[in-house]
Amino acid sequence: MTATAGSASLWRKAGRRFARNRAAMASVVVLALITLASIIVPITWHFGIEDASWESILTPPSLADGHWFGTDANGRDLFVRTLYGGRISLAIGVLTTIVALAIGVTWGAVAGFTGGRVDGLMMRFVDVLYSLPLIFFIIILVTVFGRNIFLVFVGIGAVEWLTMSRIVRGQTLSVKTREFVDAAVAIGVSRGAILARHVVPNVLGPVIVYVTLLIPTNIIVESYLSFLGLGVQEPLTSWGLLISQGAGQLEQAPWLLAFPAAFLAVTMFCFNFIGDGLRDALDPRDR
Amino acid sequence: MLSYTLRRLAIAVPTLFIIVTAAFFLMRAAPGGPFDAEADLEPEVLANIRAAYELDLPPVEQYRNFLGRAFRGDFGPSLVYKDFSVTELIAIGLPVSITLGLAAKLLALLLGGLAGIVAALRQNTLVDHTVMAVAMTGIALPAFVTAPVLALIFGLWLQWLPVAGWNDGALANLVLPVVALALPQVAVIARLMRGGMLEVLRSNFVRTARSRGLRERTIVWRHVLPSAVVPLVGYLGPALAAVMTGSLVVEVIFNLPGVGRYFVQGALNRDYPLVMGIVIIYASFILLFNLLADLVYALLDPRVRKGLES
Repeated sequence: MTATAGSASLWRKAGRRFARNRAAMASVVVLALITLASIIVPITWHFGIEDASWESILTPPSLADGHWFGTDANGRDLFVRTLYGGRISLAIGVLTTIVALAIGVTWGAVAGFTGGRVDGLMMRFVDVLYSLPLIFFIIILVTVFGRNIFLVFVGIGAVEWLTMSRIVRGQTLSVKTREFVDAAVAIGVSRGAILARHVVPNVLGPVIVYVTLLIPTNIIVESYLSFLGLGVQEPLTSWGLLISQGAGQLEQAPWLLAFPAAFLAVTMFCFNFIGDGLRDALDPRDR
Repeated sequence: MLSYTLRRLAIAVPTLFIIVTAAFFLMRAAPGGPFDAEADLEPEVLANIRAAYELDLPPVEQYRNFLGRAFRGDFGPSLVYKDFSVTELIAIGLPVSITLGLAAKLLALLLGGLAGIVAALRQNTLVDHTVMAVAMTGIALPAFVTAPVLALIFGLWLQWLPVAGWNDGALANLVLPVVALALPQVAVIARLMRGGMLEVLRSNFVRTARSRGLRERTIVWRHVLPSAVVPLVGYLGPALAAVMTGSLVVEVIFNLPGVGRYFVQGALNRDYPLVMGIVIIYASFILLFNLLADLVYALLDPRVRKGLES
């Protein structure tokens, strides 16, 4: 019980440290705005994401005609498409991270807590997968099953949990030797309960930090795949797909690349600042 | 050292075998065949085509034949690039990808290393903050954003350099792809280098060297740098292995005939033999580079070396 009380005040202190970090707090606000806009704007905006118009093809950004970010080669409004793309990109980033989180934490905690030969085998498996680049899995999956947004989830989920499992295993190994775990074993708490109640809460800090860094990584991966034509397909769109279309018409319509790329870059900055801020807040020794 | 090398090889070779096997059977189990698109073939014609590509044999037999030929470097004909064998396509693409990858890696090491060292020596000054801000931007902007912008500025507007194409590896054609490929790596390397330097600069043996009155330059070159590059070597191993897969986007954007572009095209066209061939080549390179990186790491870091000998 004391461990819980102690960790609660630890979290409160970390929260206070984080709140003092201006770059991180500003990033939280900006990120919240982007997220809210990408949820609300596609519903309420006066252009739909697929409203094509022959009168306004490749028109530059202008406040007067309502196309704030200009239009694309089909006369579709880029403002609403950028935010809709953001919705898909952010959703993929978060969902794939949750998949990686679930697999990675379970794998790492079980390996670290069980130890011995099981641990060795499980981590050897991680080593083998670790040596192969993500694009490998994606290309093989796409060759086999054809293009499908679902494969992006499977591919990213299959690879990005590896680092997570290593982090969790390392933390678990060190938590395992602490007295309160010995005490729990001594009073006959089951292994599953010890894992869930003592080990997992104690590895939470580094995991949270890694999650805030994994979301932007996965957003970039999705963009990269969509850019190559292996990820999100029309009529759906994402920042990567928009950037790829913009790159093809850079000379006639530079805004088609500029706006989605700017949104992507700002999102990356925000996540990185938040991740750095959380790391400093949760691990004050580092600075 | 020798036993360590052998032990690593004993892991690498079965890994390669497992990858190849898994990829082969996955592709054979795939729904739909590669000739589905060519509609309305006479059944006899289709049977002949299937026989020519050995698709009528039982999978295990296909696999045995495939392994035998692959071992001799023969990956069969491409299903899409009809006049080329997969081996020929890879032979065309490999020099392009390796040239790109190595040139970019060298540039990134040079620029990133230098930036990191300068930033660390001037810690918390304007120089340091500028370098780190630029590095952060480099990380936030992926190659598929910077590459088109570079092509627009230097290719279309200023017309200093060709917008795209390989042109037998002419230097002018190399500049933009190499820079685009190197930029994100410069950022990562600069951060690693700075971190490594700062850590070593604070250590006891550097304080001792200072107290002995050595010149700052001697301290940095003789004492700090050799220890500070160790984390960088740890990063370089996997990064070198990724030399070829890394250039994928850049090859597509600049329309370069590298392996990466064939890899993507192969996936989009579902060209099984081409993808299999490239998977085997890539996987072999990656495992080889990882092995080399581990060995170099062991040579550089006495603690790791000691651990191996005992």
